[in-house]
Amino acid sequence: MLRIENIKKVFDENTVNEKRALNDISLILNDGEFATVIGSNGAGKSTLLNAIAGSLMVDSGKIYIDDIDVTNMPEYKRASYIGRVFQNPTIGTASDMWIEENLALANRRGQRRGLGRGINDEERKYFLELLKEFDLGLENRMTTKVGLLSGGQRQALTLIMATIQRPKLLLLDEHTAALDPKTATKVLSVTNAIVRKSNLTTFMVTHNMKDAINYGDRLLMLNNGRIILDIKGEEKKSLTVEKLLNMFEKASGEQFSSDAAILG
Amino acid sequence: MISISSLINRLPGGIAQGLIWGIMALGVYVTFRVLKESDLTVDGSFAMGGAVTVMLLQVNVNPAVSLIVAFLAGAVAGVTTGLIHTKLKIPAILSGILVQLALFPINLHIMNMAANVAINLDKVNLLISIRKVPLTILVCFIVAIILIAVMYWYFGTEQGCAIRATGNSNHMALAQGINIDTMKIIGFGLGNGLVGLAGGILSQYQGFADINMGRGAIVIGLAAIIIGEALLEVIFKKGCSFYTRLAFVIVGGIIYYSAMVFILWLRIDSNDLKLFTALIVMIFLAIPNFKKGKE
Repeated sequence: MLRIENIKKVFDENTVNEKRALNDISLILNDGEFATVIGSNGAGKSTLLNAIAGSLMVDSGKIYIDDIDVTNMPEYKRASYIGRVFQNPTIGTASDMWIEENLALANRRGQRRGLGRGINDEERKYFLELLKEFDLGLENRMTTKVGLLSGGQRQALTLIMATIQRPKLLLLDEHTAALDPKTATKVLSVTNAIVRKSNLTTFMVTHNMKDAINYGDRLLMLNNGRIILDIKGEEKKSLTVEKLLNMFEKASGEQFSSDAAILG
Repeated sequence: MISISSLINRLPGGIAQGLIWGIMALGVYVTFRVLKESDLTVDGSFAMGGAVTVMLLQVNVNPAVSLIVAFLAGAVAGVTTGLIHTKLKIPAILSGILVQLALFPINLHIMNMAANVAINLDKVNLLISIRKVPLTILVCFIVAIILIAVMYWYFGTEQGCAIRATGNSNHMALAQGINIDTMKIIGFGLGNGLVGLAGGILSQYQGFADINMGRGAIVIGLAAIIIGEALLEVIFKKGCSFYTRLAFVIVGGIIYYSAMVFILWLRIDSNDLKLFTALIVMIFLAIPNFKKGKE
């Protein structure tokens, strides 16, 4: 469970560029809940995700993961609870290292790194079986450098790495935004399969309204650093892009200002 | 007079020096290729290794022990750079320059404020010495093989893999729960430890330590790495194992110094050599960027 209480983050405070990126946000994400997060550019989606992950420290407020206060915990320690996939396919994996070495790094998430072998034979067998399940054609390339894979393959691998040790929380930061539409769909379906199979508490930021509507069981919309819409249950299931746009205009009194989000 | 026999006579010395600088380049490899940072500490940590070794030999410390201390001294310098970079958030290249500058007076103090301190070769019995070039080559060759084996083992451990991951992507490493600050500090420490060790070996070989012996060491290290890599690309088109890569760093060092011997044999001023070295390294570092641009 993720619990956020009144978090605030201001950039460039007391200057003309002052930006209230997170303006008193509170949120509870229950166990196994899959939330999609949408908002126009600069709404605070990525800032919120970075604050949860610990890449960014909040000015005030509290963040709990399973009742553990992580507000002041550095990013690398928080990683024991969090699986994460980034927007940029090249930064979520180690390019110069093999597929199996990357998986082994992820398999030790949150553990002390000592002088034991970086990967053992048991793991090799396990990783092979695991990749066969996903049928991405990666199982025959265990000793291929990840840098040689396509963007879609790398995102799928990052996703498997993020969930190889069951995380208390899965953070997806526009993880299909840099992919072509066909690959994006494939990666999203893999995402959905993994999340549902392991019943993961998931926070998926996207810029694509259709994806936000089609996936997950809860939709959060951010605007100017606040959560302005929180749609769940039956209402979420019957949601369409037009309905969502109408709700946005009512809630914010503005036009939605991202063509990509509507057209994509 | 330029004669072939004088070239052949000088070649073993070139190979011995190439091996020593190749060992130094293994240290540069750790920071430059594994951590992917440009670390300018090495010019200072190399001289520090030399200074420490010579002073210890003067008080009759065992030559092998003096080299271990040289390794540790270099490692302390590297750890300092790592701490400045990670804890004070100063870019790695600047942190290295700061430590390099700070090491100049420190090395002078180690050498009792003398710019150059000689080893009394009649009193100290060294395995590595300009008086015993064939033995030096053998000993340095064995040392290089041991270092490559240890590095191969270490970078296959959990910690070694964590350092490699940190060099690849800080974001990825953090997301996997790796303390990237610690990994960088260890990497800078190890790299400069090897550089300090090589400085100690060179001071034994040449029979003295000089306050300026590390000047341009980073460039020579880079030259050895990229010459080795250029050769690897020709020989192993499909890629090769990590120990082969490390072995070719040593090969790169030997080729570099053999080429130096040849150029010196042509009576080119040794000071002008640095200009050639800088040009060659610049060209080799630029080539991959232009290849990428075309893709």
